[in-house]
Amino acid sequence: MTRLDELFASTRAEGRAALVGYLPVGFPSYEQSVAAMVAMVESGVDFVEVGVPYTDPGIDGPVIQVAVDAALRAGTKVAQVFDAVRAVSAHAPAVIMGYWNPIERLTPKVFAQRLKDAGGSGAITPDLIPEEAGAWLEAAKEHDLDPIFLVAPSSTDERLEVVGRTNRGFVYAASTMGVTGTRDTVSNRAEELVARTRQHTDLPVAVGLGVSNGAQAAEVAGYADAVIVGSAFVRALQDGGLDAVRRLAADLSEGVRRKA
Amino acid sequence: MTIAGAAPELPDKSGHFGPYGGRFVPEALIAALDQLTREHEKALHDEVFLAELDDLQRNYAGRPTPLTEAKRFGEAIGARVFLKREDLAHTGSHKVNNVLGQALLTKRMGKTRVIAETGAGQHGVATATAAALFGFSCTVYMGEEDTRRQALNVARMRLLGAEVVPVTTGTRTLKDATNEAFRDWVANVETTHYAIGSVVGPHPFPMLVRDFQRIIGVEARQQLLDRIGRLPDAAIACVGGGSNAMGLFHRFITDEAVALVGCEAGGDGVETGRHAAPLTAGEPGVLHGARSYLMQDDDGQTLDTHSISAGLDYPGVGPEHAWLRDQHRAVYRGVTDVDAMAALELLAKSEGILCAIESAHAFAGAKQWVAEQGRDDLVLLISCSGRGDKDVDTAARWFGLVSEQDIERASAVRAAQE
Repeated sequence: MTRLDELFASTRAEGRAALVGYLPVGFPSYEQSVAAMVAMVESGVDFVEVGVPYTDPGIDGPVIQVAVDAALRAGTKVAQVFDAVRAVSAHAPAVIMGYWNPIERLTPKVFAQRLKDAGGSGAITPDLIPEEAGAWLEAAKEHDLDPIFLVAPSSTDERLEVVGRTNRGFVYAASTMGVTGTRDTVSNRAEELVARTRQHTDLPVAVGLGVSNGAQAAEVAGYADAVIVGSAFVRALQDGGLDAVRRLAADLSEGVRRKA
Repeated sequence: MTIAGAAPELPDKSGHFGPYGGRFVPEALIAALDQLTREHEKALHDEVFLAELDDLQRNYAGRPTPLTEAKRFGEAIGARVFLKREDLAHTGSHKVNNVLGQALLTKRMGKTRVIAETGAGQHGVATATAAALFGFSCTVYMGEEDTRRQALNVARMRLLGAEVVPVTTGTRTLKDATNEAFRDWVANVETTHYAIGSVVGPHPFPMLVRDFQRIIGVEARQQLLDRIGRLPDAAIACVGGGSNAMGLFHRFITDEAVALVGCEAGGDGVETGRHAAPLTAGEPGVLHGARSYLMQDDDGQTLDTHSISAGLDYPGVGPEHAWLRDQHRAVYRGVTDVDAMAALELLAKSEGILCAIESAHAFAGAKQWVAEQGRDDLVLLISCSGRGDKDVDTAARWFGLVSEQDIERASAVRAAQE
C-alpha cells in the first residue's frame, strides 16, 4: 500500500472524508510557503498538494494566478518544489500539482526520480490526459508514484473509465466546469460526477474547485472521499498569514468530520 | 472548392505531427474537442457545408484574392515577386478565412457564443465580424499592452458588437490573452466555441485552422501557373502562430522544388534574447495545448517575448511548423524589427501597398533569402497577409512622421470615442 492508500484507508475507517490543502511553492516566499503547508497539516489537513509555479496556469483562477506569478517573479525554481515536498512529507503525504511543461522539461524520468527521492507520493497533472501520458506513466510506475488525472462534469463514461483505470491513489473530480477559485456554492454537478466516477473505479474520489469553508467542506464530505481546498488557502495566507491558514484548516477539518 | 481535397496524411488520428501537436488541456475540454473533431471531419465531406463556405468566401470575404506582381519591389530585391493579397480580403487579413469556417462549424454545433484571443487584433476583428454576420455573441481577449498599441482594432471590434476584455495578467500580450480565452472556454464550453486564430492549440485546431487557411496556397499556386506557367522558387510568409504561413505552404509541401521560408519575429535580434522566434531559437515544449517549439527557460517556464509586431509577439508556434522544420521541408529565420520596418517602407514606396508589420517580416526575409541564393532569376511568392492601417500609429512613431503632441492628441480623441 502506498502512503495515500493508507491515508484513505484510515479516513474511511473513521467514516469521514480526507482534507487536502493546496499552496504554491514560493508564495509569498519559499520559507513562508513551506511554513504554511506545515501549519495546514498541524491544523487538520490530511495531505498536501504542493503547487509547482508555472507561467501559464490555464486551469487556475485569479487568486492562484496572482500567487504563482509572484512566486515566479521572486525567482522560485522547480528544484525548490522538491525541497518543499521533502519538508512537508515529514509531516503528511505530499503530492505535487503541476502543469505538464515543467515536468517534460526536466524529463518525466528525472522529475519522478527527484519527486520520489523527496518523499513525494504522486502528482496531479491538470493539463495532461492519460492519452498523452505514456512517458509519465512509465516513470511514475518505476518510482512508485501515484499518477492522478482529472475528471470533469463533461467527461464521457468512456473517459471516466480510462481515467479510473489509469489513476492510482485517487481520482480528482473537478466539481464544476471552470477554473479554480472560491465560490458561494459548490456545483451540484459535483455529486453527480462523483457517483458516475464510482461506477468506473474503486479508487477514492476527491472533489476540488470552489470549496472555501467548513460548511461547504461538510457538504462535499457527504458524498466524496476527499475535499480539496486551494484558492481559499492562498487567500488566507495572503490576507492573514499563518494564523489565518491555521484557522481555515481547523474550520475545514471540522467540516469534513461533521458531514452535512 | 475551398477545403475539399485537404485529405492530409498528418496529423494522425490523435492529432500528432511526429512528436508535435497532441492535446495538453484540462479534461473538461476533451468532450468539446472531440465534438469539434467530428464536426470538422463531417464538414470536409459535406457538400452543403462546402457550398456555404464557398459562397461566404466568394461573396462575403472577396475571394479569390488577387495575385499582384510587385515589379518595383522585385527590382529592388533582385527577384521576380508575386504577392498573394490577403490584405484585400474582408477585414484586412487572412484571418477571415479561418473564422468563416469556424463560424459555420459553431452554427452546426448549435453554439451561440464565440470567443477569441487576439494579438494585433486582426483575428479579433475577423471573429467579431463573423459573430455579427451569424448573430453570435462574441468576447475577444486581448493583452492590455496590445490594446494600447492596436487601439484602432479595439474600436473596430467594439463597433462590430464584440466585448473586448483587456488581459492584465502575465506579460499582457497574446500569450496571456490565450490563457484567458481557455479559462473562459472551460467555464462556458457547452454554449461557447473558442475560435482559435492560428494553427496552434490542442487537436483538432492546428489541422482545422490549416484546412481553412490552405486556400491561400491553393489559389496562389493556380494563379501563378496561369500567369507565368511555373511554380515559384520559394513561398515566403511571416510566422507568429503560423496560420498564414501554413495556409500558403500546405499546397506546396509536395512540390519539392519550392522552398518554404517562414519569417519569425527577430525583435532586437535573435542573439539578444529579445525576440519571438521559437523555431529559430527555441526548444520543444508544451504550451497552450500542444507540443511544439517554444521559448522557455531551463525550468520549462515560458519566456517573455519581444517584437514590434503584436501579431507575432508569441512564444509558441503551430506544431506542424515544428514538424516541417525538423523534416527540413521548411526553413525559418528571425527578422529584426529594424529590417521588418525597412521592408514595410520599401514595399509602401515601391508598390503603393502599406502592409501589416507582421507581413513586413516576410518581405524583409524574402530580401535576405534572395541575397543568400546568389541568383538573379528567382521567382518568389510572398504572402501579404494583412494590411497596415492598424499599424500607422506604430509606424508613424517608428519613422518619426508626426510629432509626439499630435500622437497624444489623436489617441485622446480615440479614447474619448471608445
